[in-house]
Amino acid sequence: MRNTRIRVPETAAAGDIVEIRAMIMHPMDNGFTYTTQGTLIPVDIVTDFTCTYLDEEVVHVRLEPGISANPYFSFRLRALRTGKVEFAWVDQHGEKTVAEALLTVK
Amino acid sequence: MKRLALAVAASLAAIAGSAPAQETPPVSGYQFLLPETQALQDDDFANPGMLWVELGGKLWDEPAGNGTSCQNCHGAPEAMRGVGTRYPQWSQTEGRVISLEQQVNQCRAERQQADPFGYSSQELVSLSALVMHQSRGLPMSVATDGPAASAYRRGKAYYETRRGQLNLACSNCHVDQVGSRLRGEPISQGQVNGFPIYRQLWQDMGSVGRMIAWCNDAVRAEPLAEGSQMAVELELYLRSLGNGLAIETPAVRR
Repeated sequence: MRNTRIRVPETAAAGDIVEIRAMIMHPMDNGFTYTTQGTLIPVDIVTDFTCTYLDEEVVHVRLEPGISANPYFSFRLRALRTGKVEFAWVDQHGEKTVAEALLTVK
Repeated sequence: MKRLALAVAASLAAIAGSAPAQETPPVSGYQFLLPETQALQDDDFANPGMLWVELGGKLWDEPAGNGTSCQNCHGAPEAMRGVGTRYPQWSQTEGRVISLEQQVNQCRAERQQADPFGYSSQELVSLSALVMHQSRGLPMSVATDGPAASAYRRGKAYYETRRGQLNLACSNCHVDQVGSRLRGEPISQGQVNGFPIYRQLWQDMGSVGRMIAWCNDAVRAEPLAEGSQMAVELELYLRSLGNGLAIETPAVRR
């Protein structure tokens, strides 16, 4: 599990459009850089980011090596009912990092 | 841009007025950034450096070695407010000037009975970012007198000595050419009030030690090892140049 930061508003009115932000600590090595000793740093990237709200996938991003370190996504979501907003990042080795927050709809 | 223009004008005026360069008021590297980069630093969520601060917060509560954590002795990280403004400082037990990173490692070795972190490890830079972050907004105030005076003098001498294949001293650019351009980028005063910084070039967090080694490399000189006594004494001199500047950790730099 990698270090992540997520921001979901605690409460929202039904029908409100809320901003969701998510970031993961990851080097996103693109496979073209070298260490100071001259050895190639192999590709090491997060390949998939998904956000699920009310058990429905609302965002799915496929990441490529050109994306910079610590990828940060911000998007908008329409609040319907109280429920969990779940985030998942999967890296190229299949390692999964998850985070979740509760969005309370009044 | 206006602030940058003012800062540049002020430093150019100082050079033209033949005032000793050291008397130019310190200007944070923040003023030399593009507005986009400044916005990234100002946004506490988007600022990638906060990832390290948060990681430091986790390490703070994590028992190590003999089962004690930083939190057991120091309480919440917020209790560290003001501590970061004083480092590097003279350590009576070590008999030399030590950096904040070395203080963390000393605590680890003596009070937690754990293996010290590598100087450039993610753990150490996270803890030092966490501690420095608590002092955000406070003015830097390192002591350069008393037992630290000789270290300060050695740091100053290093800063003003030409080195490397390019035969440049730190002061040749960061004092004499502040506000000029080096290729596309304005030359800053080389202030370290935002360290540890998230550097976009590295896409990573780095301490002052890492920056010094990088600068050495940039003038094709042999890099000072991170955590070596000379690097710490140079850090003391660099921080003293910015005494009075507000701490910005975690700052974002190019």
